[in-house]
Amino acid sequence: MTAQASRLAEGGRWDIITANHAVAHAARLARVQVVPAYPITPQTTIVEYLADFIERGELDARYIRVESEHSAMAAAIGASTVGARAFTATASQGLLLMHEVLHWAVGARLPIGMAVVNRAVGPPWSIHVDHQDAISQRDTGWLQLFVSSNQEALDSVLMMYKVAESPDVLLPFMVCLDGFVLSHTYAPVNIPDQGDVDSFLPPYDPPHWRMDPDAPITYGNLVMPDQLYMEMRWSIDRASRAAKDRLKEISTEFAEKFGRYHGSAIYERWSQDSDYLMVASGTLASEAEVAIEELRREGESVGLVKIRLYRPFPGEEITELAAGKKGIIVVDRSVSFGHGGPLASDLRASLYHAEDRPPVVGFIAGLGGRDVRVRDLKAIFRSAKRKISEGVDRVSYWYGLKVREVGE
Amino acid sequence: MATNVIPVSLPEAGASGETGIWRVFRPVINKEKCVKCWLCWLYCQEEVISEGADGFPEIDYTYCKGCGMCANECPTKAIEMVPEGRGNSL
Repeated sequence: MTAQASRLAEGGRWDIITANHAVAHAARLARVQVVPAYPITPQTTIVEYLADFIERGELDARYIRVESEHSAMAAAIGASTVGARAFTATASQGLLLMHEVLHWAVGARLPIGMAVVNRAVGPPWSIHVDHQDAISQRDTGWLQLFVSSNQEALDSVLMMYKVAESPDVLLPFMVCLDGFVLSHTYAPVNIPDQGDVDSFLPPYDPPHWRMDPDAPITYGNLVMPDQLYMEMRWSIDRASRAAKDRLKEISTEFAEKFGRYHGSAIYERWSQDSDYLMVASGTLASEAEVAIEELRREGESVGLVKIRLYRPFPGEEITELAAGKKGIIVVDRSVSFGHGGPLASDLRASLYHAEDRPPVVGFIAGLGGRDVRVRDLKAIFRSAKRKISEGVDRVSYWYGLKVREVGE
Repeated sequence: MATNVIPVSLPEAGASGETGIWRVFRPVINKEKCVKCWLCWLYCQEEVISEGADGFPEIDYTYCKGCGMCANECPTKAIEMVPEGRGNSL
């Protein structure tokens, strides 16, 4: 028995649960102290499970029923300023309503944790998965990590609290999980023991500032253009970059302690010995892993890069893997209207300065929860190969449109 | 430990700079009319009104923004809002 297998056998307990339940367990194990809660499909069961934990005495936390998502984040900010570990969860329109205060959490350098259960934004009304909600928060400064399994959702919340609370980071984080595909789907999950989590994740003790009635301060007062506003923003940018290094260390530490490794800023497979790389995030990437397995059996030379950390962006990591490839295929589950897929354009920008720069072909797929199956990802790969040999003429192509129905 | 640039200010006079330079109208107290009720002191949002050596309210013009709240609240109309820059600058 390997060391990893024996660790898995001895630690934690197994259960068959949804990713939302797994996330709630993670928040409980992280001993979050304040949970501002506002329901929205497909997130709601996360805060319901947390209400259960608190009511049963399994979690010692204040549960605040707020009147909107904007208030949920404002309450989380208040809690974090006094040094409490705060957690909330949202999705779609709820996340959009939070947008203003998301910036505040970053500017105040508060390591708040949030689960974003990815759901399309309206109109038209859709409760199904795509990444438009989270991607639209790209420039707020939140650390954004996309997961592709129930276990990874649980483990990532624990790891990201540790990353976010690092003295050189101090930024809030969102763990993004696909609505329904993960949030409401049951899978075996190892729930770690509280003692193991306690020794991995110490209580939050703000090293930079806190609200204290006995030592009053003002945070975020007016600054004039010749004062340090730009330097504060620069400091946030640097902290975001530092988060990538911390995640690298912390995912290794987590693997040693709990026997599970989901990757760091990226997760890669077969990337060294392949001519092509396929890039995606969330459950599209785990579906792509299966598609690539089949493609390789059929003689295609293609590897997988799963983008876990979207901000900070793993540009250096991808550039390193991209050297010498014949092409990179990027599948986005969101769109930056008028330009193309956000992953595709961020990845292209990262590669621009590389000496050996392969062509990149982007696809937009799976919006509003449209199913993207193994056969679709294989078709995307074949189409990409053709486009790479013929010449790529745009950031991203739309895949799987019902063109006859829209009359094109 | 990394240097995080954290915008924290201590609660002291002038934490936001010398806000008196924002002033367009200056509150001037007419001591003939003032009954020392201290409503101006109570309402001043910038806390720039204190008791002067003569026992009357005194305004710190370094930080007074000239909002006019004191003049508005004064029950005896003892505070006049005088435009700045008309031969009465400090």
